Amino acid sequence: MTSATLAGLVGAALVGLGLYGLVANPQPLRKILAFNLMGSGVFLVFGIVARKAAAAGLQADPVPQAMVITGIVVAFAASALAVALVLRLFEDAGQVTLNPEARTKLPDDGADAG
Amino acid sequence: MSVLQALDIGLAFLIVAVAAWTIFARGAFAATVGYVVYGLLLSLVWIRLFAVDVALTEAAIGSGVTGILLIGAAARLRGGETAGDEKSLSGAARLLTAGLCILVALALAGVVLLLPDQGPSLAPQSMQNLAETGLGNPVTAVLIAYRSFDTMLEKVVLVLAVVGVWSLAADRYWGGAPGEARAERPEPTLAFLAQVLAPIGILVGVHIFWVGADEPGGAFQGGAILAAMWMIVMMARLTEAPQTNAFWLRLTLVAGPVVFLTAGVAGAIFAGGFFAYPPGFAKPIILFIETFMVLSIAVTLPMLVAGPPRREPRQ
Repeated sequence: MTSATLAGLVGAALVGLGLYGLVANPQPLRKILAFNLMGSGVFLVFGIVARKAAAAGLQADPVPQAMVITGIVVAFAASALAVALVLRLFEDAGQVTLNPEARTKLPDDGADAG
Repeated sequence: MSVLQALDIGLAFLIVAVAAWTIFARGAFAATVGYVVYGLLLSLVWIRLFAVDVALTEAAIGSGVTGILLIGAAARLRGGETAGDEKSLSGAARLLTAGLCILVALALAGVVLLLPDQGPSLAPQSMQNLAETGLGNPVTAVLIAYRSFDTMLEKVVLVLAVVGVWSLAADRYWGGAPGEARAERPEPTLAFLAQVLAPIGILVGVHIFWVGADEPGGAFQGGAILAAMWMIVMMARLTEAPQTNAFWLRLTLVAGPVVFLTAGVAGAIFAGGFFAYPPGFAKPIILFIETFMVLSIAVTLPMLVAGPPRREPRQ
């Protein structure tokens, strides 16, 4: 097995792991993390397409490489926006949950805790 | 089995194990720290795929800057993620999810194994026209010349993300500065690190941008390193984040896409095509565009990490 195929299999495993984390982890921050994991798995699978298209004296096709670079930057921008949304939710509600039935604490409400 | 093969297999297992840790770890903080390690290991795989430009980007942005963002968020959320209020999946649903995810992974693995050894390639065309761009690095040529429209739009995405993040500020903070105020007595260790690392890092960042024309590197990677240096100085609280209503800040944020778009429109007028570069002048124009892109990236990434304004604007 070549190192490219091996990397592709790792990419496939990462997509599976990330997808599981995205569905099964209830916390929004963990979902963002899992989504990033899944994204990097997709990039890796695309990366071996580049590697297997080595030609003209190049070790890998530059077009997919450039697209992956663009993808990494865009994935970061999306994560930054998602994290900012989660933090805003935390500031306003005092907790972070996607459960619509969760008891929402008011920001200055410490009385019912004790 | 050669040494390299053994290393490849070891690396593959290590990455999957660290990735599993980021998913299954109990604490969000531990998971995000695992994610940084994971990103650095992943950049080694990119080197093994002979994609050094991607490896640099993954290490700088995928692992580094994303890592700071997630660790910062996890630290601020500590104690806020109350497990009791979460509706966790039941055991059966969990098993079903796991089964379906394994199925997806297996299908992808099958596709990977069925890929032909020599796939269709755009590498010959990239090399054929490389001389006209005056560049030596085909990846940079794809980013700034062949597919320049994509790259320009990506810069627009970054600006939109900043607008989105800033819009989350409370009304009274609009135009104020994000992050903490400058410390009167900065943490000595952090301050020392920032003072030693930042000058070297700025040199490395500019170097990586400059050699990107001919060697692995480029505007993204160089810009990300410059951004990291600014973030270190801000984290050490030697300086504070600028007010988001500062004119220079807003100008620098949009400089990259604006210069890029202007060059594209100028190409339509003078070189016979949108984003066409006149023959003989391609390289100077590309470097000119890239310079502004580096500046924009170096400012955009720290602003995205810093988050929405949290202090009232000074007059």
